Amino acid sequence: MAITREEVLHVARLARLALSDADADRLRAQLSDLLEYMKQLDRLDTRDVVPTSHAVEMGTPFREDVVRPFGDREALLKNAPDREGDFFRVPRIIED
Amino acid sequence: MTNVPVHEWTLLEAARKVRGKEISSRDLTKALLARIEKLNPKVNAYITVLPERAMAQAAACDEEQARGDHRGPLHGVPVGLKDIFCTRGVRTTCGSKILYNFDPPYDAAVTGKVLAAGAVLLGKQNMDEFAMGSSTETSHYGVTRNPWDLSRIPGGSSGGTAAAVAAAMCFAGVGTDTGGSIRQPASLCGVVGVKPTYGRVSRYGMIAFASSLDQAGPITRTVPDAARMLSIIAGYDRRDSTSVDVPVPDYLAAVDKPVKGLRVGLPREYFETGGLDPEVRAAVEKALKALTEQGATAVEVSLPHTSFALSTYYLIAPAEASSNLARYDGVRYGYRSEGATSLIEMMSKTRAEGFGAEVQRRIMIGTYALSAGYYEAFYGKAQKVRTLIRGDFAGAFGKADVLLTPTAPTPAFRLGEKTDDPLTMYLSDIFTIPCNLAGIPGLSVPCGMSASGLPIGAQLLSNPFREETLFTAAGAIERAVPVPRVAPFSG
Repeated sequence: MAITREEVLHVARLARLALSDADADRLRAQLSDLLEYMKQLDRLDTRDVVPTSHAVEMGTPFREDVVRPFGDREALLKNAPDREGDFFRVPRIIED
Repeated sequence: MTNVPVHEWTLLEAARKVRGKEISSRDLTKALLARIEKLNPKVNAYITVLPERAMAQAAACDEEQARGDHRGPLHGVPVGLKDIFCTRGVRTTCGSKILYNFDPPYDAAVTGKVLAAGAVLLGKQNMDEFAMGSSTETSHYGVTRNPWDLSRIPGGSSGGTAAAVAAAMCFAGVGTDTGGSIRQPASLCGVVGVKPTYGRVSRYGMIAFASSLDQAGPITRTVPDAARMLSIIAGYDRRDSTSVDVPVPDYLAAVDKPVKGLRVGLPREYFETGGLDPEVRAAVEKALKALTEQGATAVEVSLPHTSFALSTYYLIAPAEASSNLARYDGVRYGYRSEGATSLIEMMSKTRAEGFGAEVQRRIMIGTYALSAGYYEAFYGKAQKVRTLIRGDFAGAFGKADVLLTPTAPTPAFRLGEKTDDPLTMYLSDIFTIPCNLAGIPGLSVPCGMSASGLPIGAQLLSNPFREETLFTAAGAIERAVPVPRVAPFSG
């Protein structure tokens, strides 16, 4: 199943991956091969099969909606690549 | 036992000797650190070694010991953890450049349980980046080498842990297994590896790859050691919503139980696979003979959808990964690309520079399989086939208590041998992947050596929450099929 270079670039945009031209070409070929292999699943009739999203069937566990403070704000913030006080700093989001 | 060097003791022996004051935790830890210092430059099993922290922990254990206090069954015993488990105050990389400086603000559930049992943490072990790989070659921190043959890979993704255990650079380790990442490297390194039932061990603080498949489990040199480790790390945890609240049995007690009357199922499809190495087949047949000679009965079973498992896995796992790895955006922690002028550009460059080729490939497959217009054809289809694969196992366990298969189709392959072709690499997981899709437990136990001196493992599979059956069968194989426990290092 051949996918196009445009599809590769579209998916890369969705995945927030800035691909080089060489990466895009390599991924186009590799993804085409892999998706071709995976088309084997079409040989199975699954019209009446219920999908499995989790291996162990269990209901959604509920708990009280109670805030439990973590307590160590600095341990969280110190990992930030860029910060200003207690904020994470990022490049400009809104264009002028 | 007295002739065995201290680093080669089993986990249980080491724990007993510390408790009996035959050796101090400091002397034991020092011996292991010396072993790591000598061998890690060759094997590269550890990304981070913690000599100071380990010695301080050992000293604290010795002081407590002098007062008659014991933290738990691992008191003063040095172990390692795959670098996927968050460790408060110790860098946790997940094998990736994108987490090259990540200092977790909390301990994973597994980390907490191992430390609470009294273990001394020697360091964080190498792995394929984000656990995506079968050879530890995708690690940003260099490939790990197989201690039995340094020109070969140790398997993956928990290759650092399996190699460290095989080379006696720790008494035990904990790895993770999404499609075989504990069992396959255990098999290739000649050690014991357990992938517990999904939900058996808490995933809290374990960096996520594919959330419906990931499980943590022990890697050790003996079956009793693995049983002891699983008893320590298993159990319900409210912080993991998929953790299952069932009691943790005494797995160690299961190891010595007789196998008489045990029905051992042989999945026909696994033994008919084209790529199965004849030496691997012969070794697994030897393991079967060990079981039947002790009174177990062999039955043929069928898992008819086996040939569809690889496709199913390589749609579901990357789809879940593409979602889980969305969090690495250069904002709150980890690597950030410099010089971008907009937020989107910063994130896109950070991810392209911070993730390696295999991780990017899987994010791309996963994003594609989940994208508009393809969801039903790929991800939805795979989820339905997953149901068929689970049904296969339910059928097989009607006729058998435990299934016996090869863990990997071949012994360890050479470095670089499969890196150019993703599909060939993926095929080394064909026998381990269906177990994760079904959520059942699996164990790899050494069952022989190839003519060229490479370890071979047998895989045992059982019904959910029947890990005891795995330990019973593996114990019987281990007692009957003697194999060397520690890779012989010359030089």
